Amino acid sequence: MRIKFWGVRGSIPTPGPNTVKYGGNTTCIEIRTDDNDLIILDAGTGIHTLAQNLLKEMPIQAHIFITHTHWDHIQGLPFFIPIFIPGNQIKIYGGIDPVTNETINRALSVQLQYSFFPIREAQLNARIEYVTVKPGIPVKVGSATITPIVLSHPVLNFGYRIDCDGQSVFFTGDYEPQLNIYDPEDDEYAEFQSFVDAKWDEVVLAMKDVDALIVDSSYTNEEYAAKQGWGHGTYDSGIKLASAAKAKKLFFTHHEPTRSDASLDAIYQNLLENNPGTRCELLLAQEGVDISL
Amino acid sequence: MQNSKNEKLIVLVEKMPAFPKSVQQVVQLTSDINASAKDIVRVIECDPVMTVKILKAINSSFYGLPQKITSVQRAVVHIGLNTIKNIALGVAAMGMLNPNNKANFNTSNFLLHSLTTAAISKLLAERIGLSSVECSDCFVAGLLHDFGKVVFAEFMPDQFKLALEKSKEHQLPLHQTELEFIGLNHSQAGKILAEKWELSGALIDAIAHHHELGRSQNVLRDCVFAANQISKHLQFGDGGNPMIEAFPQPIATRFGSTLPAICDALGDLQSIKTEAQSFINA
Repeated sequence: MRIKFWGVRGSIPTPGPNTVKYGGNTTCIEIRTDDNDLIILDAGTGIHTLAQNLLKEMPIQAHIFITHTHWDHIQGLPFFIPIFIPGNQIKIYGGIDPVTNETINRALSVQLQYSFFPIREAQLNARIEYVTVKPGIPVKVGSATITPIVLSHPVLNFGYRIDCDGQSVFFTGDYEPQLNIYDPEDDEYAEFQSFVDAKWDEVVLAMKDVDALIVDSSYTNEEYAAKQGWGHGTYDSGIKLASAAKAKKLFFTHHEPTRSDASLDAIYQNLLENNPGTRCELLLAQEGVDISL
Repeated sequence: MQNSKNEKLIVLVEKMPAFPKSVQQVVQLTSDINASAKDIVRVIECDPVMTVKILKAINSSFYGLPQKITSVQRAVVHIGLNTIKNIALGVAAMGMLNPNNKANFNTSNFLLHSLTTAAISKLLAERIGLSSVECSDCFVAGLLHDFGKVVFAEFMPDQFKLALEKSKEHQLPLHQTELEFIGLNHSQAGKILAEKWELSGALIDAIAHHHELGRSQNVLRDCVFAANQISKHLQFGDGGNPMIEAFPQPIATRFGSTLPAICDALGDLQSIKTEAQSFINA
């Protein structure tokens, strides 16, 4: 299995001289099975560059798994050039939003409206299929098995585990491990904590022993103090997950938009120095780098 | 015929609004970016309509959960506070339950009965040493046990009015007169809805059998049965049923006590009533 990041930035694209090394596009990850089946995790702005690369492979079959429908994870969909070219087959996978009861086709159709985009959904020339996935129910793509799990974020968010050719990857999408909403002196504290602990165990089990764990690590601990409840994890929460799940490699992604290459490098050095005993390899997700597991 | 009626009822209940105070508070708290999570959860937990809609969303077969989610708190941990908040806001957007319904059914008194039954049910569960999760489940079951009545008041007010009047006039159990005028009673209506919404088996059973206990073992239902009688005995609110049922043998055995004796043993429960009232009065 091979992995390539095409977008590693959270919230908003950040082009410019300060993001040249790690990249400024929002979330998009390409995964290739040994048979070269194409799985794409999220359709942030990074999917546009991926699309340019795919033009030489036409016609293509692409399987796009959307973790959640916040802009930075779907904004590239209308710019995924293969959707305009006849002969391509594109399947878009995602959940049903429990608030709106809408399926994943809304992520594209809502963008392809007269006021926002010049082309209508009916004018797309590729064969586009939408697939509703359910937590815990695996779907097959070639030799790969993809299993979703619900991970806490301000909107329905799936983490996806991909098992394929004897290897495995887990991507959290955007994820903030749930904190106890009660204070220790509240009657509800202990019971709520038991729910939090049970969910943590479920999450760790879903990513158990993966070769690569890709986590939302938007914040440092200091930043997180002011950003609890925003739906994102920290470098330390990522390390805690990776250690509990015994992941082999841990990729930190969803880099905070104001984070420059220099500050990411500095954070990375600190992480290496402060976590000498961590068994898994710590890595910052970086656009355009091929990773072979 | 009954099936098509039931289907119609299910569709109507989709649009059923919640209780006025909780609607107000949800709108207020969700407009405040600094509102505390526990305050929002507390409001939702004390409104049967909001609670049921969240349990329905989270337990739908779409999520294929290995275990049913039986409390709002658990739903928050599973899917995140913001989604729960937005489901509640969606319910709030449907308006408020009309306190002047055509059935003359006082929804504030009903809510007081439901909330006190919920709190007493939880108290009883604690008393017999159930786990904290089971105690919370007993609260939810108490809150939802009479859900069918508010559905009747909203969607079948004319027939429900007749049932309420006959029950009061002739001192008959309300579930009996409902059967006469509506063709099904509130436990049966609650069961149909709870099954449709894929709530937990124990919760469905507690709603379905809180008057006719049946033979199956269900501690949730037993706590609700007992709490329901205690709430009525203490005249906390009014669910429209004038009849207080004595504890049948299995219930007396479960709690080691008769109804009057357990009311004495529990001591002063006024604080339960006062707390419940604070969630009702707008």
